[in-house]
Amino acid sequence: MVDVAILLSVGRHPVSGRARRAPTDARALEMALGLPAVRRTALHAGDPASPALRDYLGMGLDRLTVLAMAHGCDPVEPLAAHLRSLSPGIVLTGNRAEGGEDSGMLPYRVAHTLGVAIVPDVVAITVEAGGGAAEVVQALARGQRRALRVALPFVATIHPAAPSARPSAFGPARRGRIDSVPVEAPPDAFLAACAARPWRDRPKRLTVGAPGSGGALDRLRAATEAKAGQGRLLVGPSPDEAALAIYECLQEQGVLPR
Amino acid sequence: MIAAALSTVTLAVLLVGLGLALVQARRWRAGRAAAVDLWAGLAALPGRYLVDVHAVVGRKPFNARFHALSAGGFLAALALLVLLALPPLRHPILWGLLAVALATMLAGGLMVGYRRRVLRPPELSGGRFSRLPLALTGFAAAFLLVAADQSAGGVLPVPVGLALVALGGWGLAELVFGVWKGPLKHAVHGALHLVAHPRPARFHDGAGRDSGLRPLELAAGDADSAPLGAGRVLDFAWNRLLGFDACVQCGRCESACPAFAAGLPLNPKALIQDLVASLDEGDDGRAYAGHRHPGHPAGAGASGPSLPLVGPRAAIHPDTLWSCTTCRACVQECPMMIEHVDAVIDLRRYQTLELGATPVKAAAVLEELRATDNPGGRDLARRLDWAVDLRLPVLADGGACDVLLWLGDGAYDLRNQRSLRALVLLLRRAGVDFAVLGADELDCGDVARRLGDEATFQDLARRNVALLNGRTFQRIVTADPHAFHCLRNEYPAFGGRWTVLHHTALLLELVRSGALPVTAPLARAVAYHDPCYLGRYNGETEAPRALLDAIGAERREMARSGLRSRCCGGGGGAPLTDVVGERRIPDQRMDDARASGAPTLAVACPTCTLMLEGVVEPRPAVAEIAELVLAATEPTP
Repeated sequence: MVDVAILLSVGRHPVSGRARRAPTDARALEMALGLPAVRRTALHAGDPASPALRDYLGMGLDRLTVLAMAHGCDPVEPLAAHLRSLSPGIVLTGNRAEGGEDSGMLPYRVAHTLGVAIVPDVVAITVEAGGGAAEVVQALARGQRRALRVALPFVATIHPAAPSARPSAFGPARRGRIDSVPVEAPPDAFLAACAARPWRDRPKRLTVGAPGSGGALDRLRAATEAKAGQGRLLVGPSPDEAALAIYECLQEQGVLPR
Repeated sequence: MIAAALSTVTLAVLLVGLGLALVQARRWRAGRAAAVDLWAGLAALPGRYLVDVHAVVGRKPFNARFHALSAGGFLAALALLVLLALPPLRHPILWGLLAVALATMLAGGLMVGYRRRVLRPPELSGGRFSRLPLALTGFAAAFLLVAADQSAGGVLPVPVGLALVALGGWGLAELVFGVWKGPLKHAVHGALHLVAHPRPARFHDGAGRDSGLRPLELAAGDADSAPLGAGRVLDFAWNRLLGFDACVQCGRCESACPAFAAGLPLNPKALIQDLVASLDEGDDGRAYAGHRHPGHPAGAGASGPSLPLVGPRAAIHPDTLWSCTTCRACVQECPMMIEHVDAVIDLRRYQTLELGATPVKAAAVLEELRATDNPGGRDLARRLDWAVDLRLPVLADGGACDVLLWLGDGAYDLRNQRSLRALVLLLRRAGVDFAVLGADELDCGDVARRLGDEATFQDLARRNVALLNGRTFQRIVTADPHAFHCLRNEYPAFGGRWTVLHHTALLLELVRSGALPVTAPLARAVAYHDPCYLGRYNGETEAPRALLDAIGAERREMARSGLRSRCCGGGGGAPLTDVVGERRIPDQRMDDARASGAPTLAVACPTCTLMLEGVVEPRPAVAEIAELVLAATEPTP
């Protein structure tokens, strides 16, 4: 039996930009719902009126505590202060949210402030019988896994390869309670200094030399990577230059003989 | 002496039957309240029985005849038997009339026996139902002898007469108690169901068709309000429970169900019986003696009025629930006018809205739909990417045009972009003033609603209605029967009332008016597959056929067509829930097309196109009807 706190953020759909539950945070909640917990405290720092918070309630949470703060404030201090008063055994959160600075630093800074260990990129947690430690499986690059034994308390960030989150249901989402706790939060000076603009796919540089010269991994990449949007960007070319580029491209595609 | 015994037995059995009926009525009265106009229903009952029910039963003329004989004879005999209980009325003429009624019934009973014992259609249930012919003929024959004897003055010895009364009494008891849990449920429950039917508009005295789902009340949001949808059997409205209880297991739904035929774990007859068994505490459904859900043994789950209905260990397995394609073939075939699809949707609503238990892939699609307003999670601004060279006119808010073309989700699919392109070229060729909504068009919400996600559907419906009501047009045309059904039948509840046409109706109009002259008649055989949401849901079976005739196709009818067409397997979110069966439903439908011998299968629905074109070759070529029209009306140089 263990006391779990889950940090949940508001995500953003990559296509529509609409607010939604953040995918890795939802996986963190899914993992928390599967743990033998004596208490589950779900926390969000931000606007208590955000409709996306209902998506988390719809997964079967009875209540969600929101540390109400203005947009653009730094949530680390209020979250750490609230967690200190709860002193949970395990703090779960997604390894990266969809918003703010998108740096994935928050769990590290929270763990640092609390002075507890952080285990990044977790895909499974089993709490030991005594409740003093947990077996944790960590996701590494290229599908490798590492088993760890971690003493409580600790902060774990959940990797996208963790078991997928259950669907959010409308009825429980509507019935769940949001408890708003107003907190003082310092303004986030770094975020305020950032300029945000829509992300755009950069044109890729044409590779020199035959594809596949770099070995098996390059050939695999060449075979599996999406080719859309690939091309050379000529800014203000002369007509001859442009015609030559098209001619070369057609030759490359095999439309024209070399 | 014999006459008195006859009357006593008859009246006793009828009184016990009445008592049982009252006890049984309490079972379904425990369901939710429903707004029912009982007086209008009672007034309409004879018409509904004799016109609507007869129209369904009469699809098998033999059955209609034995019903008329046995039921007519039985009712007349019962009335006469009650009259003959009064000693002053025991006149030879009345005995003679009784003999005639019973002889009629005997003829009907023998036909029932021939069907159940000799023809033995596989969809019929056994068990108590096997005794029906014996009860019918036993009752009719024994009382016929008594009546004939009494009208002749009573020549039989008393012990023989009493023995005949006892035999007839057994038959009568079997029949009357058959109303309790057996083959004669349709006599009382069926009549009451027709009186209190949840869709009175579907009968001939109403609109004749009523296929739009009813909106679920979502406004009340407090914790103690009733659950959304049906999680236990008592969450159904009482008249729905009465409808389930009226089922006499004739199995017509079972023979029509595409999922059952493909070996998916769904049998609509067994589904209704699962619901009926759940009405009684401790009924494990083992008394049911018909086909089960394929691959699922009887009595696998626990059932009761207060237990959850759906679950791996409950009365209904989740695979059964998510196998349904909502094609309405069962509803079309049911002589008791049971609304199977409404029941499936009510069950799904609870699973999706209260439990979040939608199958994984379907849940992911619903989540994308909520976040992006289309099930594929694509950018709405890219809905017109396929038509960048066509420069489609986009109808902005406040704008006006004659025909508003609703593109639907087919605009994101490579195959269906081809048929949409053909449709746009045809509209251009005919000089139609049309426009599209472009990036403003949202998904119509069909798939969300069939998967039980009423909240998402209502959100999309309200926003679509608002954006359509902000524009001026004469009519909406769409190539997607699912969008057609939503816009025409399900959006009126949200304030959207427009003239909505399927593109086949518009193209027929254009060909007939001469705007699209046929220059190259098709001159080859074409089989036409009716989409469920166009045919059964909307009754539109004529326009596509007339259109094919007009472009010179040699039209062939498949084994199941028109209102009794077989589903392609693509409706109701079935491709998303993806329950495994012995075969695939579209493979099965393609067999019908192959049997017709036509080299081309014409379709009129983007979902049918994908499902049927996904069948492995060799098979007839699949062509959207607009593509055929485009080829036949190519202008001559």
